[in-house]
Amino acid sequence: MAKLPLEGIRVVDITVIYAGPFATMNLADWGAEVIRVESIKHFQVLTRGGTAHPNQAIVSDPIRTGGIATYCGRDVSFRPWNRWTLFNAHARNKLGCTMDLTQPKGIEMFKKLISISDVFLESNAPHVKENLGLTYDVLKEINPKLIMLSMPGFGGTGPYKYYRALGVHQEGFIGHTALRGYPDSDPSTTSTVYHADEAAGATAALAVLMALYYRNRTGKGQHIDMAQAEATMPHLGEAIMDYTMNNRVQESMANRMPGAAPCGCYRCPREDRWVNITVTTDEEWQGLCRAMGDPEWARDEKFASRLSRENNQDELDRHIEEWTMKHNHYDLMYLLQNEGVPAGPIIFEDDAYTDPHLKERGFFQELTHEECGTHIYPGLSFKISRVPNSIRRPPVRLGEHNEYVYKELLGVSDEEYRQLEEEGHIGMDFLPEVR
Amino acid sequence: MEQALSDIKVLDLTHYIAGPYCTKLLADYGADVIKVEKPDGGDPARKMGPFLGDDPHPDKSGLFLHLNTSKRGITLNLKSQDGQEIFRWLVKDVDILVENFSPGVMPSLGMAFEELEKINPKLVMTSISNFGQTGPYRDFKASELIMYGMGGAMNETGMFDRYPLKKAGNVIQYQVGTMSAVATMVALFASEVQGVGQHIDMSMFESQMGTIDRRMSQLITYQYNNETSYRPDPELDPPGFPYGIYACKDGFFQLTGGFVFWDRICQMMDRPDLLDDLGFCTQEGQREPENLERFSVIWYPWISERTKLEIITAGQAAGVLCGPINTPGDLVNDPHWKARGFWEEIEHPVAGKLTYPGAPFKMDETPWRVSRPAPRLGEHNAEVYGELGYSEEDLTRLKEQGVI
Repeated sequence: MAKLPLEGIRVVDITVIYAGPFATMNLADWGAEVIRVESIKHFQVLTRGGTAHPNQAIVSDPIRTGGIATYCGRDVSFRPWNRWTLFNAHARNKLGCTMDLTQPKGIEMFKKLISISDVFLESNAPHVKENLGLTYDVLKEINPKLIMLSMPGFGGTGPYKYYRALGVHQEGFIGHTALRGYPDSDPSTTSTVYHADEAAGATAALAVLMALYYRNRTGKGQHIDMAQAEATMPHLGEAIMDYTMNNRVQESMANRMPGAAPCGCYRCPREDRWVNITVTTDEEWQGLCRAMGDPEWARDEKFASRLSRENNQDELDRHIEEWTMKHNHYDLMYLLQNEGVPAGPIIFEDDAYTDPHLKERGFFQELTHEECGTHIYPGLSFKISRVPNSIRRPPVRLGEHNEYVYKELLGVSDEEYRQLEEEGHIGMDFLPEVR
Repeated sequence: MEQALSDIKVLDLTHYIAGPYCTKLLADYGADVIKVEKPDGGDPARKMGPFLGDDPHPDKSGLFLHLNTSKRGITLNLKSQDGQEIFRWLVKDVDILVENFSPGVMPSLGMAFEELEKINPKLVMTSISNFGQTGPYRDFKASELIMYGMGGAMNETGMFDRYPLKKAGNVIQYQVGTMSAVATMVALFASEVQGVGQHIDMSMFESQMGTIDRRMSQLITYQYNNETSYRPDPELDPPGFPYGIYACKDGFFQLTGGFVFWDRICQMMDRPDLLDDLGFCTQEGQREPENLERFSVIWYPWISERTKLEIITAGQAAGVLCGPINTPGDLVNDPHWKARGFWEEIEHPVAGKLTYPGAPFKMDETPWRVSRPAPRLGEHNAEVYGELGYSEEDLTRLKEQGVI
């Protein structure tokens, strides 16, 4: 196999939860040696579970569906932190070690690791790195070519510098939450999305790649200050520009879009199955009418032009849903696409794993995780023609590569290794007293 | 100061949102991006709102102005023989080509990657499309809504008893634009290592299937436990308290509490007496409906007497994960982003001076910088074609022939 483009780049990763780990996943996927540094003495909520030692009865409760945050087999009897779906989504291709950064010895080891690495990513609120003494000023003395990316929610300066927020809270701050609810309801019914996590994660990976490109050219490292919220704000450019240009405060349009009608999500017969349809031109409207069998109602003046369709959209939606209620969500995609109408089903997990397009393109990939067993995982986000690539390692377990990191990279002796185990640095289990 | 990508040259055949956002990211960090538009009308985003003063002028689209900063703009009719000839000259001289035509369009114009790499053997070509360059859905049409429904986690966005909802505006296309920039940089490294060209196949569908906004975790949950995702039903699946979006004195705010953060909630409300209440500080306790009722009696009066700002200030001081529900107007006026210098004032010859979103990240050696406002249609024809050696007479002739 050809060498992967980021081979030889070592990344030290202490990021938490979703955004930062998604950034390092994108680097690991293309060959970087990403080493997650975690602690067996400190449990960061959500990253590797709800709590360090979860209650089996609650995890097994059949009323609660697992969602994005559950355990493989709902079994927490052995190392639940390696079975957490939220973590195992992004932890492929990475290496992992454990180190207690609250002890001087841990900091010493960490700095040694930094001295032989290329990139360091961290995503906590800034007080964490300040308290640990792991700021760029300190680390660049150890490694002048280091690229360090800090990605707290609000950045490294400004009045909210020390604010704590997950992606969902940042989205409230930047207007995304207000722009995406049900128009006939107040924001308290708006459900959670994690757009800021995917936006900041992808943007952080891009920032690191740019800094590496510049370093290849000049030999210079640098620090990157990324507020996760700022990385996401440009995604709302139209709403922001409408305000700065016209002083207009946009509100949620739900599933509609200016210039398109119909544009919506329509119910299908099977429970909770839906099809999305977007019509922007007269040709597409005619295609939709053909697909529907040229019904009488569609010939009404009210639906004759783009503008009139937009003005009578509620009524239009009711007619269309009467029709979609007679068809399978996937069949509607084929039927409408064959008539040149943009349409697609809302894809649930069972649909995804049987989707013919994803299958033909080889998107999914089987992986065996030592503790979770063999499963089919979502694959790489893009293809590069002369870089044949696939997922090389299953999601990393806590402390899985301690031997490699300590003995091979840091040159620790067997005796010292045993001592580090006793001091609570090295291990594969959160200590019993950790909550 | 030098910029990170200042020695990179990009030919940009993209239009609408995902492609232009990809090349904007490269341009604002220093790449020389030449945006190629069709002579009649240009990028369709010029016809999409919001417009300055609601005037649908091609240089007054806020969407277009935002997405095309720092780029030079030329016009070229790629369907004409002369246009294709000129295009080959342009390709010779660049590191990267980004395009988001429907699959099949580039080959039909004689501009397939295999043809172009004959002209430029180290070319990185990024092709962005709805479903990728192969597969049964290759030629299917899509929209922001359809893309999120198929690739993203729309099935679990919204309330359990209502229709699923998309995210706001066009955020999926922006996300794909960002991922396309990531892919472009990775391929650039690959091209340097291997000494050959690279063609990227970026499928919006797959990029969403493989993204962190719930989709990947849900796909894995399904594999691990055979459980399908769902839109939340607060009755059936109480998330613990306090949790979610609440109304207060002057609007709405959001926070994440629950038993894990109960000590911080007590500190926020200055209620140390509740710290050890087993109905509140344990997971088991928080699952009992009568404890939620007991809590509600304390909580709702407390929040209804306070403003968003008061609640968020108290919450953040206690380390509670929380924030207001802001409008875009609240965002632009928020002192934090102003203090960080996020907003960028850009002067455009037609649109005038306007405030734009600024740097997505701040690099301390190689800054983000808007080198010029979004180009007017064909604004840099003379400059760019001049660099290729075309004379003024040539350009007049090409213009008459409808090539540029």
